Amino acid sequence: MWSFHQIADFINDWLNQRFNPTWVTVIEMIITGILVISLFAVLGLVLVIMERKVSAWIQIRLGPNRVGPKGMFQSLADTLKLLVKEGMTPTGSDKFLFNLAPYIAMIVAMLLMAPLAFARNFQMWDMNIGVLYITAISSVSVISVLIAGWSSNNKYSLMGAMRAGAQIVSYELSAGLSILAVVVLTGSLNINEIIQSQANGWWIFKGHIPAIIAFVTFIIAVTAETNRAPFDLAEAESELTAGFHTEYSGMKFALFFLAEYVNVFIVCALGAILFFGGWMPFHIGNWQGFNHVMDFIPSSIWFFGKTFFLIFLIMWFRWTFPRLRIDQLLNLEWKYLLPISMFNILLVTAMAIGGWHF
Amino acid sequence: MAFLKSYLMFIVKYIKEVFGAVKSLAIGLRRTMYYFTHHKEIITQQYPDNRATLNFPERFKGEVVMPHNENNEHRCTGCTACELACPNGTIKVITQFITTPEGKKKKAIDKLVYHLELCTMCNLCVVACPSDAIKMAQTFEHSVYDRGELTKILNNPGSKIMEGVE
Repeated sequence: MWSFHQIADFINDWLNQRFNPTWVTVIEMIITGILVISLFAVLGLVLVIMERKVSAWIQIRLGPNRVGPKGMFQSLADTLKLLVKEGMTPTGSDKFLFNLAPYIAMIVAMLLMAPLAFARNFQMWDMNIGVLYITAISSVSVISVLIAGWSSNNKYSLMGAMRAGAQIVSYELSAGLSILAVVVLTGSLNINEIIQSQANGWWIFKGHIPAIIAFVTFIIAVTAETNRAPFDLAEAESELTAGFHTEYSGMKFALFFLAEYVNVFIVCALGAILFFGGWMPFHIGNWQGFNHVMDFIPSSIWFFGKTFFLIFLIMWFRWTFPRLRIDQLLNLEWKYLLPISMFNILLVTAMAIGGWHF
Repeated sequence: MAFLKSYLMFIVKYIKEVFGAVKSLAIGLRRTMYYFTHHKEIITQQYPDNRATLNFPERFKGEVVMPHNENNEHRCTGCTACELACPNGTIKVITQFITTPEGKKKKAIDKLVYHLELCTMCNLCVVACPSDAIKMAQTFEHSVYDRGELTKILNNPGSKIMEGVE
């Protein structure tokens, strides 16, 4: 089966023949950095045009259809526009923090890329606490939102930031508990081991109803954590103009925008890894022929296919559900999601001890 | 015992709420998925391209006009009901007294002045008109170089009231 790791190994061998090991590490780090930045750019472009097309079709519109074939270069044109615009810093703002906030948002999104497995044996950093690392780093993203809201010296920004703080802090609990369900079933925090444990079936199928409940809670919680509708109270265009990024313009605004979409990609990738087996092909029990055919599809296609399916799911939610009020949002978390996911983790633990899953 | 019963009822209500919420959200998702997969129903009109074949919704309102028949006759009696109905003074009816062939003096309109720049297309004048003299047209390309061009006189020059309209 073809995979990205063959290219990676080839480059590694080639470099090792020519340079000493220290330089090989340095060069490989530079290459990885460039790849991450280009993946960011590509993801931003693809997800923005995807969002606009999905929303248009759901609302019986056409969507962008002028730039390039079927409007596919629209997001490229928008990016060029944002690049040449002036990045204003308001007079009354805290200038250092104001300029720092978008970079924190960006750096957090970049750090989250490290433990994701994009294909078979193709991973930046195979660490033994991958899942813990992702949950820990993603909590930092709220700091960029709070800094942006505070330093803008604007009432709308501050209200948006405060809402985002309350929202992310509370929804992290149920996101963590639903992730924990899969960790309990696998018995490992290592992303690779979690994927390997799904070789004979994905957790969403093997884990019976508790896994499905965990998946639903996970999707709801990560939608809230990435500040997307129906939980986009931090932005809330109709009440707070644009929430925490009201005062941002030009490339600084674009960085926030990009970080939001990359965060969506990352949480969907995490969902795909935990519940849908990451790059693991779809296997059914003992059907040797069927499993063999599935193995021929490259692992990166499996990974990106599952991730984009989840991204579509989140976009579908965004353009269907109305925005919640702040009290409804906190009710949903503390009165419904948290008790349900706590009860669910009890079920999963009983299932893992009894070995009732497949 | 009563405590236990109320507790049980709370649990039942809670579970019912969760399932009810999931059900209603699923109905919404089904609707949007239907729209997503049916591209033929698209309502966007690609305006400058299809200018010749534009089709408007029935209730689209662009400007107030006064229809005239082939003899250059209109139905306006000059009763000023439209002027009184207009919330922002868009219409001004200027009346005059004319002498009918029988020698009687009669009130008729001289000019019906309509300020398109003030009009909000609320349709109240059309509703108020007792003789159906004015109606809403579906024109929309209203931009001009001078504001004066937006002040229109709705009755044609030399027009008179239709026979039988009182």
